[in-house]
Amino acid sequence: MSTEAGTRPRIATVSLAGCFGCHMSLLDIDERILELAELVEIHKSPIVDRKTFAARCAVGLIEGGCCNAENVETLRAFRDHCDVLVSVGDCATMGGIPALRNRVPLKECLDEAYLSGPSTVNPTGRIPDDPELPLLLDRVYPCHEVVPIDYHVPGCPPPADALWAAVQALLSGEDPVLPYALLKYD
Amino acid sequence: MSDRVTFMLDGHRIEAYRSQTIMDAAIEAGVYIPRLCHVPGLDPWGSCRVCTVKVNGRPCAACIQPAMDGATVENDTDELNAWRRELVEMLFVGGNHFCMSCEKSGNCELQAMAYRLGVTAPTHPYLAPERDVDASHPDIMLDHNRCILCARCVRTSRDLDGKQVFGFVYRGAERRIAVDPGVRLKDSEADVTDRALDACPVGALLRKRQGFQVPVGGRAYDHEPIGATDGEAEGAPDGASDGESLEPAASAGREAS
Ligand code: SF4
Ligand code: SF4
Ligand code: FES
Repeated sequence: MSTEAGTRPRIATVSLAGCFGCHMSLLDIDERILELAELVEIHKSPIVDRKTFAARCAVGLIEGGCCNAENVETLRAFRDHCDVLVSVGDCATMGGIPALRNRVPLKECLDEAYLSGPSTVNPTGRIPDDPELPLLLDRVYPCHEVVPIDYHVPGCPPPADALWAAVQALLSGEDPVLPYALLKYD
Repeated sequence: MSDRVTFMLDGHRIEAYRSQTIMDAAIEAGVYIPRLCHVPGLDPWGSCRVCTVKVNGRPCAACIQPAMDGATVENDTDELNAWRRELVEMLFVGGNHFCMSCEKSGNCELQAMAYRLGVTAPTHPYLAPERDVDASHPDIMLDHNRCILCARCVRTSRDLDGKQVFGFVYRGAERRIAVDPGVRLKDSEADVTDRALDACPVGALLRKRQGFQVPVGGRAYDHEPIGATDGEAEGAPDGASDGESLEPAASAGREAS
């Protein structure tokens, strides 16, 4: 772990193409959140709202897979700045619900959403193309198909106990091996 | 020549009838060999290879390999379980398995096998093949996205339901299950009471309006790995083909409805 003696290990979390359910599950560790706050410094995360890494982190928890160019950029930054990277949740480990679009060509998805969908109202007939918008990828990729991932904690979302067990193991320098009851894909 | 043979399975002495498969002898002795396409009571099929064991050092599918006198059989080893993990991973990436929204989740043998083998995420790239769903029948649906081509429905329909509703069409990566070519489920002889529906190990062949009736925590594999209760099968009648052995625990949830 990349922390000087006397300082708490830094962790970072992010939600890419996910629904924040995995972050909710992390908050579901209830009062253990106080213990977590004692154990680690949350460096970069939706919880603390830092935009870029200012220091190296021991653990990065990734929620969500990669559906657009920004996801890829963020995931690469996490790989560069975290000693250990963990895919958290089914979207990160296998694409999850966003990956349902992988069987439909991207153009068809966009047409359905912005032009021909039954509830679509779009008088301009334009598919949003502002340069500020991240480009969509041809399909949704699980994180390990974009950068090397050290560990996976599946689940939709993973049980709070699984996340707690994984974080505890990692902070003790152990492999997070989930007991049977906590290894779930739903 | 005696009609009994003896072999060693992971150090246990197992007795079998000559011509009995290693799988059937192991089941009778209460030893679990992981399996997906094999079900006691149906003719062996040998497609999934999850039951691969080493017989005198040579890999064989236990469900189709006859027991040989004096053989040494390895089953629960790190090497074989790693192979099995690989096979199960390939079944996941070769289909479209979205467990989080699948009616079979918690009662699915493929998912349970992945849990048992400790698969946290497949290491192979997802193929995301284009497969369709036949929801034409009022009470049954067939989701090709989740089919693992185990032929359990084919064999059950033919041998237990006496119908032959299902069969295979095409070859290789194109292979798929079908009712008569060009025919949808609603035009077939399939019926909601068919035992073929219970035979499907995954969420490919489902009764409609039965999903999600059992809450998380009460489903077949929520707490116990698949195969965990196989030891209790000791002394079960030879070749039992009652409903229980068809889908040991997985049907329990659905049938409770
Ligand atoms: S059939 Fe089984 S493995 Fe496939 S999505 Fe359903 S629960 Fe998951
Ligand atoms: S529909 Fe089910 S039982 Fe039939 S081959 Fe596919 S997975 Fe096996
Ligand atoms: S159980 Fe033997 S090949 Fe499938």
